[in-house]
Amino acid sequence: MPVPAIEASDVVKRYPGVTALDHVSLRIEPGEIFGLLGPNGAGKTTLISIVAGLARATSGRVTVMGHDVVGAYRLARRCLGVVPQELVFDPFFTVRETLRIQSGYFGLTRNDDWIDEVIANLDLGPKADANMRSLSGGMKRRVLVAQALVHRPPVIVLDEPTAGVDVELRQGLWQFVRRLNRDGHTIVLTTHYLEEAQQMCERIAMLKEGRIVAMEPTSALLARLAGVRIVLRLQGALPASLQPQVIEQSGSDNRYVLRVGQPGEVESVLAACRAAGCRIDDIEVGHADLEDVFLQVMSDSGQRWAA
Amino acid sequence: MNRIEHGALQAPPRVSDLPARMELGASLVGFRTLLYKEVLRFWKVVFQTVAAPVLTGVLYLLVFGHVLDQHIEAFPGVRYTAFLVPGLVMMSLLQNAFANSSSSLIQSKIMGNLVFVLLPPLSHLEFFAAYAISSVLRALVVGLGVFAVAACVALPPVNAPVWILVFALLGASLLGVLGIIAGIVSDKFDQLAAFQNFIIMPATFLSGVFYSVHSLAPFWQWLSRLNPFFYMIDGFRYGFFARSDVDPWQSLAVVSASLLLTAGIAIRMLASGYKLRG
Repeated sequence: MPVPAIEASDVVKRYPGVTALDHVSLRIEPGEIFGLLGPNGAGKTTLISIVAGLARATSGRVTVMGHDVVGAYRLARRCLGVVPQELVFDPFFTVRETLRIQSGYFGLTRNDDWIDEVIANLDLGPKADANMRSLSGGMKRRVLVAQALVHRPPVIVLDEPTAGVDVELRQGLWQFVRRLNRDGHTIVLTTHYLEEAQQMCERIAMLKEGRIVAMEPTSALLARLAGVRIVLRLQGALPASLQPQVIEQSGSDNRYVLRVGQPGEVESVLAACRAAGCRIDDIEVGHADLEDVFLQVMSDSGQRWAA
Repeated sequence: MNRIEHGALQAPPRVSDLPARMELGASLVGFRTLLYKEVLRFWKVVFQTVAAPVLTGVLYLLVFGHVLDQHIEAFPGVRYTAFLVPGLVMMSLLQNAFANSSSSLIQSKIMGNLVFVLLPPLSHLEFFAAYAISSVLRALVVGLGVFAVAACVALPPVNAPVWILVFALLGASLLGVLGIIAGIVSDKFDQLAAFQNFIIMPATFLSGVFYSVHSLAPFWQWLSRLNPFFYMIDGFRYGFFARSDVDPWQSLAVVSASLLLTAGIAIRMLASGYKLRG
């Protein structure tokens, strides 16, 4: 059995008055693209912080490439590159200085060839000698990615890398992440864009209130909700007979998302609306996606989803 | 990011397989890089971090020297302006040592870029040493600057350069370490300003920079002796005039003990990750 890229065993993190992580265990295999999903406050960033050594677990153990993040922190951190969620930068330095300094922190001195390669691959060449302050948000995000790669870590964690990023950069970033994965890097990412997680991740863990409530291959998660997704906007309330099929609803505009097992059942939903005298203002029919799975898991206790 | 597909990224080598001797070398490089970064940080804004405090120190000398030179003789046979020079040099040195580590840490914490120092495999001792040494370097540059300009106005005698160097290094280290503690403890700029304005500034001004404590009433003399800054100034001044308010060995003992105590506190904070590693 290969050494896991990341392994968390029974990790608990408590802050005064709140349990951010409640006995979390997971194993991420080398070479995977692994997604960590959950609503705000679910514990994703706390878990990543513990893996990266930015926070300390109250109890439990975390390893990166087999190295304990506390007991063998030097080796564990050398194996890990982290792209933080916030757009942080040091305003005193240029892009190249930033990368050289970051490289030095990891004990690398003659690393200019690799730095040039990373700069070229992230299209940072024209800005290499510009001060960090003068860069656009997108460029700063690229520098954050470059900083995470500067010591060639086998495991890369991206904490919501596309938050607030325009479409072009987002696509470029995912293209780059796939490339890194093909080159042998293990990728762990959190994102709020479930469509992206569905496209990118081979396996997904969903966190809710500090607990893992689902952890399966993406395809298996989607298979659990095989069926048809119907989005209705009605004039008037949804008939009570259809309530069991609702997976999401917004009361302000009478918008309901329902899930049915077979395409043929769409007609029975429409018939029920007609019979109840509901006028349908808008309708959208499609296959269930990760968003549906996510909503379903988050609305359940989660126990039945845990692998 | 359009050229990504055409890039030539290599497969990652197993950096985790570094042999032990390389591990030691790597951690030395990490420490050196953090020190270099901290020095580069203040050097990039040298007008603010060096030139401005030198100017302030010299202004003190000109104004106080002009007003008091004819009226006060702090040590027998020593002009007041000459007496003032070592005190002002030490005051500038101490304040800038504190400002360097504390402002660097609080800025990094508030801007969030401290994460770049916390993610790499740097130990708490390397972190501590890099911030403390960079503070000492800035303090020495400022101290030398103030001395060089002040010497043009009034050059004090230099009787025991070793004492001067020892107290300069110990004083700068102590304040650099206090700056690390203040930077760790503070969450906001105004908390750090409170440290600066209500602890460092009064302790410096009431340490005998501008006077000999022998000129004070007994109660104030006693109070001054509770202030570690007094021993730094007094010991430093001894190196110039071979005269001091207390025995320089006593000053050395107090300053060294203060440094050990504060260094112990700072290292413990860093080792535990207090306010840095959630």
